[in-house]
Amino acid sequence: MARNKEALVLLLDVSPSMHNILQEVEKVCSMLIQKKLIYSKYDEVGLVLFGTEDTNNELTTEVGGYEHVNVLRHIKVVDKDVVEVLQQLPRGTVAGDFLDAIVVGMDMLIKKFGPTNKGKKRLCLVTKALCPVKAPYEGTEEDQVNTIAAQMFAHGIKMDCIVPRGKQNVDGNVRVIEENDHLLGVFSKKSSSKVVYVESPTSLLGALRTRRISPVTIYRGDLEISSALKIKVWVYKKTAEEKFPTLKKYSDKAPATDKFATHEIKVDYEYKSIEDPSKIVPPDQRIKGYRYGPQVVPISSAEWDAVKFKPEKSVKLLGFTDTSNIMRHYYMKDVSIFIADPGNKKAILAVSALARAMKEMKKVAILRCVWRQGQGNVVVGVLSPNVSDKENTPDSFYFNVLPFAEDVREFQFPSFSNFPVSRQPNEEQQEAADNLVKMFDLAPSGREEALQPEFTPNPVLERFYRHLELKSKHRDAPVPPLDDTLKKITQPDPELLSECKSVVDEFRRLFELKENPKLKKSSKRLLREKPSGSDEGEGSVNANDVGAAKYIENASAEKIDKIGDSTPVQDFEAMMSRRDSPEWVNKAIKDMKNKIFDMVENSCEGDTYQKALECLVSLRKGCILEQEPKQFNDFLRHLYKFCQEKDLNDFCELLASKGVTLITKTEAIDSEVTDDEARSFTVKNEPKHEEER
Amino acid sequence: MELDPDDIFRDEDDDPENEFFQEREATKEMVVYLVDASPKMFSTTSLQENQEETHFHVAVSCIAQSLKTQIINRSYDEVAICFFNTREKKNLQDLNCVYVFNVAERDDLDRPTARLIKDFDCIEESFTKEIGSQCGILSGSRDNSLYNALWVAQALLRKGSAKTADKRILLFTNEDDPFGSVKGVVKIDMTRTTLQRAKDAQDLGISIELLPLSRPDEEFNVSLFYTDLLGLEGDDLSLFLPSAGQRLEDMKDQLRKRMFKKRKVRRITFSIANGISLELNTYALIRPTVPGTITWLDSVTNVPLQSERSFLCADTGALIQEPAKRFQSYKNEDIKFSVEELSEIKRVSTGHLRLLGFKPLSCLKDYHNLRPSTFLFPSDEEVVGSTCIFIALHRSMLRLKRYAVAFYGSSTHPQLVALVAQDEIVTASGQVEPPGLHMIYLPYSDDIRHIEEIHADENNEASRANGDQIKKATALMRRIDLKDFSVCQFSNPALQRHYAVLQALALDEDEMPEVKDETVPDEEGMARTGVVNALEEFKHSIYGENYDEEKEFETNGKVTEASKKRKAIAENAVQECANYDWADLADNGKLKDLTTVELKYYLTAHKLPVAGRKEALINRILVHLGK
Repeated sequence: MARNKEALVLLLDVSPSMHNILQEVEKVCSMLIQKKLIYSKYDEVGLVLFGTEDTNNELTTEVGGYEHVNVLRHIKVVDKDVVEVLQQLPRGTVAGDFLDAIVVGMDMLIKKFGPTNKGKKRLCLVTKALCPVKAPYEGTEEDQVNTIAAQMFAHGIKMDCIVPRGKQNVDGNVRVIEENDHLLGVFSKKSSSKVVYVESPTSLLGALRTRRISPVTIYRGDLEISSALKIKVWVYKKTAEEKFPTLKKYSDKAPATDKFATHEIKVDYEYKSIEDPSKIVPPDQRIKGYRYGPQVVPISSAEWDAVKFKPEKSVKLLGFTDTSNIMRHYYMKDVSIFIADPGNKKAILAVSALARAMKEMKKVAILRCVWRQGQGNVVVGVLSPNVSDKENTPDSFYFNVLPFAEDVREFQFPSFSNFPVSRQPNEEQQEAADNLVKMFDLAPSGREEALQPEFTPNPVLERFYRHLELKSKHRDAPVPPLDDTLKKITQPDPELLSECKSVVDEFRRLFELKENPKLKKSSKRLLREKPSGSDEGEGSVNANDVGAAKYIENASAEKIDKIGDSTPVQDFEAMMSRRDSPEWVNKAIKDMKNKIFDMVENSCEGDTYQKALECLVSLRKGCILEQEPKQFNDFLRHLYKFCQEKDLNDFCELLASKGVTLITKTEAIDSEVTDDEARSFTVKNEPKHEEER
Repeated sequence: MELDPDDIFRDEDDDPENEFFQEREATKEMVVYLVDASPKMFSTTSLQENQEETHFHVAVSCIAQSLKTQIINRSYDEVAICFFNTREKKNLQDLNCVYVFNVAERDDLDRPTARLIKDFDCIEESFTKEIGSQCGILSGSRDNSLYNALWVAQALLRKGSAKTADKRILLFTNEDDPFGSVKGVVKIDMTRTTLQRAKDAQDLGISIELLPLSRPDEEFNVSLFYTDLLGLEGDDLSLFLPSAGQRLEDMKDQLRKRMFKKRKVRRITFSIANGISLELNTYALIRPTVPGTITWLDSVTNVPLQSERSFLCADTGALIQEPAKRFQSYKNEDIKFSVEELSEIKRVSTGHLRLLGFKPLSCLKDYHNLRPSTFLFPSDEEVVGSTCIFIALHRSMLRLKRYAVAFYGSSTHPQLVALVAQDEIVTASGQVEPPGLHMIYLPYSDDIRHIEEIHADENNEASRANGDQIKKATALMRRIDLKDFSVCQFSNPALQRHYAVLQALALDEDEMPEVKDETVPDEEGMARTGVVNALEEFKHSIYGENYDEEKEFETNGKVTEASKKRKAIAENAVQECANYDWADLADNGKLKDLTTVELKYYLTAHKLPVAGRKEALINRILVHLGK
């Protein structure tokens, strides 16, 4: 472990320009230290701030200069104090010179380790690089950077620079910023440095690799294009999930006085015969059995080894195919990367040629891989080109595992075009959807792509480590809530939402969602967050409630044979769509008419009008569909007349305002009502209300 | 969402039974395959190039194939195979023209066994002799074979409750008008009773599904009789219309796909914004199939053993009930977490699936992947209007070439996901890609490794292929082109071998079957002159004239100091080893007089381990000499 230890110097800009994001800097740096405390306890860490009022570094005493660079901690093995310090970084007052800080950090590493520990020494710089760097005594800034970069290279010092601002559209002195960006660019070219620009605080949390993992190859050997052409490659994992830590089970059995208690729990498995549970069967009397249908087939390991599938270690090309033949959703696992053997110039060329040709021709390669000798299965996967856009990184391939025939379930789903028209979006709705997809945009041009996987931290792990730190201070500390920065990962960004509010509202207006009335009553009640006292208004549940609803599995449709009070519209629709007898349509229409009549008649200050209106709209639709315009038109005329007689004109007004009128000839061929007549039907009534008012 | 304390602590890699990789086995399925065996099923048409390909053959081979899939994937499901319109009869009700096919040691409706699969594979050879085909509905007689068949099937499905089991009858037939041969009142009567029988079955919770077989020249007319039998309504009808393929092979594919019962993993809500929430079902279309779990048996009796887990305190050895707390060592302290706290930590999102926004498809990189994807399809079962919104978004995403980014808030594994729209793809063999969204699990920043940077060239210039080399590579690619490659064309050789061996052992067969490995490269194709030439040209453009020497050099060049030394020692040992007469030394017990250095010459020369004390070395030499 010790030989793998890393020495890291954090160079943090705390000058005023950084103040608004220092909180995130504190968080990401403490996370880094916390993980070191758990996973690499012997790593050493130093801490340098710049842009501070004070100056405190060895170089300033030795040679002068290097003002406002404050060494808060010399390089030491990590301990809990670092976390404390990092969580309360002092706010600086002056502009910080990142170049000075780099020199100080480098000096610390060189003084401590000299030329040893090559490749295990790292600087981590977080700065907005908005302030100008001081002019050197001789030569240009660029010369100076070249010298520093050469030094870093010679001593095997790596550097990660995180610049928490955009590359364009930044406030500040454009010339200074361009100059600084140029200087940072020189670093990444001339030494093992990496510069990343992040705009949002969320991506700042993801920009720094908080867990150090030394990658290992999963395969080194030939990529066999054919038996005559083999290219030497190394294969690594490109993605591998960082798991939630496996916590140990805690035992409180040890006496409190026992200082050396591990508190661990051992898990013990015992195998007992079913007939005689008291008899424990020792390991040598057990044999492995595999299920085959109801049978369990016993087979010893030796027997199994003799007959099992034993492929030879190799990576072989099966052929090339069009990229479009391999759909994205067939990728099965985490991803590997194929890199040409770094010492083999010809292999690098061969990989480069193939990768570039594949990209040009839009092809991918299909491979059969056995990574290790003795591996019990083969992997078939797709190799896609990764043409490098950086001068110093070689071209490579990504490799994704594909499924075998056994792994795919060919479930059949209905075509969208086979759905009834009622379930298809109309033109207006489609346009609203188009707008939503266009405007609810996470990757607007000219701005940073939001939620890029490369820069998005795992909110669960962030939360776990923060809670761990809190608990180390107060054992009963509650789980901290997600802060706004992390909420942007789990919830839509409120800013973005408000930017496209009009689009969202339009979308919402055009689409209607409601609870399915055909659900059984018993299960439906459970759909509500709170049980409703009366049946009133149960028919129109708004979309918000539905979103919060809890669903019950296997709730199935029930045959509706009458229109109930709670969900008349749905009942009506259900009855209308019953096909087991033609009589249902007539009965549905008749029942519905009665229902509407009752509602209008029994309404108290119009409380049931809304519901009656919904029923009427539904009835109208049903009558058009079933070619029963006369039934509806007669009913509507009757209803109007009734309302006028009973002085219920506000209902008629409501109908007029919603444009509910007679069914016209254009809507249903059997109707005798012309368009004009239908229009004048409501118009004719309208003035009447005015007069009466 | 429910919380299972076990789930929270579960590590996915250690646990093949994880919910994510295993479909829920909440309900088991009971299926009766009802196969029409009337002479019409055996007729061949001149259109077919292959005379063997009768409809009966198609049906039977579909069933055989699905039995094999079933024993691997869902061996708890129960099946019965039942022929009707047969000469012989075999059923508990003793009804005419119905034959329930079965093998020894198995109930009529039971889990598939190795024997069943094996015997059913040769059903076609023995069929005429043992079962025989005979039309069961004739104008003269009152026999109604379809009625009988439904009766028998229903009786078979009587076991088990409809709540815990999914009961289905799958009817294979090419007769769209089973009562076409009878006339008048008899026909009306037969139709009525048969429909009543079907309805009774359906009322008992048994679903009847029709797998119609048709020919290009004569379409299967569902509306003649079966619409009523199945109780189909308007919209569903269109889904049932068989598309008459030109090839029976395609029809087989279609049937095979339809035989699967879709199993949803769970129902979730997808919240778009401002309270718009759709109802979606998730399906696991792609999941690795692994050899079943191991059951430990008593090696003497071959009876399964019961395993019992117990927790022991490592400090005191005391037996502990399921411990409630977990801990992590941190800053020299044990920080304890309760199950509730851990689940609270993981509850970072309130909804099931929340839309965060859209991005162009180019933002989704090839390495943005961690696990197999999950398929999303809308449902109007509880929230009417979901399908409409889903279709609208689906279309927009396809048209604008964008995907959605969303947060999937499962209680155990909340994750950022990409939702990629997939348009429906239909070929002659049926639906190849269903329309819907594929949910792709995205990595977080700490899950992505920057391997390229580790191998960045120090001198700033990574080698790049030149135009000519790329041209040669392009030519090569054109030569080795897999035109009709489809993702799942290979079966898993390891799995096939595993189950072939199990089947052989289960049936006590002596010979181990050979399983063809479909994944090996096509040597013949690679040996074609065109391919060889293209390969040679490419090789020449990269490696120059002397690829073979180059290779030699490369391997030498790469050898480290240590391995050079090792090689030298080995060569030396071989030489030295030849100076001794080992057999003689061994016979005379003189080995012990040699020094360990001398003994190691032998061991090194014969590539044996050289570790251990002198006696161990001598022993090893004796064993190797066979003394």
